[in-house]
Amino acid sequence: MKIVFTTKGKTWESPMDARFGRAEMFLVYDEETDTLEAIDNSATEAMEHGVGGQSSKKMINAGANVVITGNGAGEKALKILKTTKIEFFTGAGEMSVKEAYEAYKQNRLQKQF
Amino acid sequence: MKITIASGKGGTGKTTVSSNLTSYLASLGKKVVLADLDVEEPNSALFLNAELVDSKISNKMIPKWDATDCTLCGKCEEVCNFNAILHLPEEIRVFPELCHSCYACSELCPTDSLPMTPSQIGIINEYQNELFTMVEGRLDLGQEMSIPLIAQTIEYVDEKFPDYMKIYDAPPGTSCPVIESSRYSDFVILITEATPFGLNDLTLAVETMRVLNQKIGVIINRYGIGDDGVENYCHDENIPIITKIKNDREVAKLYSNGELIYDKIEHFKDSLDEIIAFIGGLK
Repeated sequence: MKIVFTTKGKTWESPMDARFGRAEMFLVYDEETDTLEAIDNSATEAMEHGVGGQSSKKMINAGANVVITGNGAGEKALKILKTTKIEFFTGAGEMSVKEAYEAYKQNRLQKQF
Repeated sequence: MKITIASGKGGTGKTTVSSNLTSYLASLGKKVVLADLDVEEPNSALFLNAELVDSKISNKMIPKWDATDCTLCGKCEEVCNFNAILHLPEEIRVFPELCHSCYACSELCPTDSLPMTPSQIGIINEYQNELFTMVEGRLDLGQEMSIPLIAQTIEYVDEKFPDYMKIYDAPPGTSCPVIESSRYSDFVILITEATPFGLNDLTLAVETMRVLNQKIGVIINRYGIGDDGVENYCHDENIPIITKIKNDREVAKLYSNGELIYDKIEHFKDSLDEIIAFIGGLK
C-alpha cells in the first residue's frame, strides 16, 4: 500500500504540512518496499487558483491508496478524489511524519472520505 | 459620457454616490443610466424603488470534454494557463469556474474533443423607476469569474442606451473586475475616506488607474474624520478633489433604510452639485 504524507521535508522526522493543495511536498511511503519518495509541490505556491486539482492529479499518478494530511482536501480536490478509491485522513498537521504514520496506524486520525 | 465610480477600499460610498448622482441627474432632465457592475454583490437596486422590466441570462463559453476521439494526449492541460483542465490517466476534467474562455484548449486539441459550449454564470437585470433606468449584473452563487458578466453588462447598456450618459458603480479593490469596470470609461471617480486605510487603498487605486491611462478625480467621503493624509496625497500627486462629503450620521441612517439622500440632506446635494459641475467641465 502507498501512503502519501503532506510534508515540509523528505524524512520521517520532517514536520507535516497541514495543507493539501499547497503542501510544500508529498512524501510517498511504499509499505511493501519500505521506501520513502519525495514529490516536490512547491510550484503550487505561485499558482493563484486550481492547486487542488493539480495536487489531486499527483496523488493519482503516485498511485496513492491513502493520503495523510492536516486540514483535508478542498472543494476542487474533492471533485477529483471522490471519483477515486483514495482515502483521506486529517488531523496530522502539527505532527512529524513519523508521528502521523503512528497516529494513522492507531486509528487516531479522522477519515475525511 | 461614461463615468466609473470606483474605490480602492470597500465601504467608502460608491453605491451611495452613484445611485444618488444618477437619480439627481435624471431629476434635472439628463438622459442617464446607472450600471451596477459590482456583480458579486449588486445592491444599487435596493435604493431605487425600481421595477424589474427586463432580464437576460449571461453565459460564458467553456470547453466540454467529448471522449469519443480523445487520445488523452494532454495538450489541453499543457496550454491552459489557469489550471482549468486536468489531464487524468483516464479522462479530461474541466473546472468551469477556473476557465477564462480563452479557447486555447479547444482550438489546439488535435481531435476536436473540447468543443466550447455556453454555460450560465449570472443574469443581467434591467430596472426602471419614475426617473431613470438601472442595469445590474448579478453573478450566480458559486461562480468565480465576474469579468465576462461585467463586460456583458456594459455591452447591454451600450446597446440599449446608446445616447445616454452612463454611470458605472464599480466593485471595490484594484483587481481585474475593477479594471474591466474602468477601462472603457471617459473618467474614473475614486471615492475614499480620509483615514490611513482610505489613503493606502486610494494609493493602490490611483496606481491602477495610471497603468490604464485613466483620468481620475477623488471624492473624500465622511469628511471630518481621520487625518489630512488623503488631501496631502492628492495635492502632491496633482489629483483633483472633486468634493468632500461631510461626515453625517443622518446620511448613514438614510442609507441603512435604503433611501436616497440628496432630496433630504442639503449638504449632500451640494456635494452632488460639485460633482455635476466637475463632470460638466470635463471634455
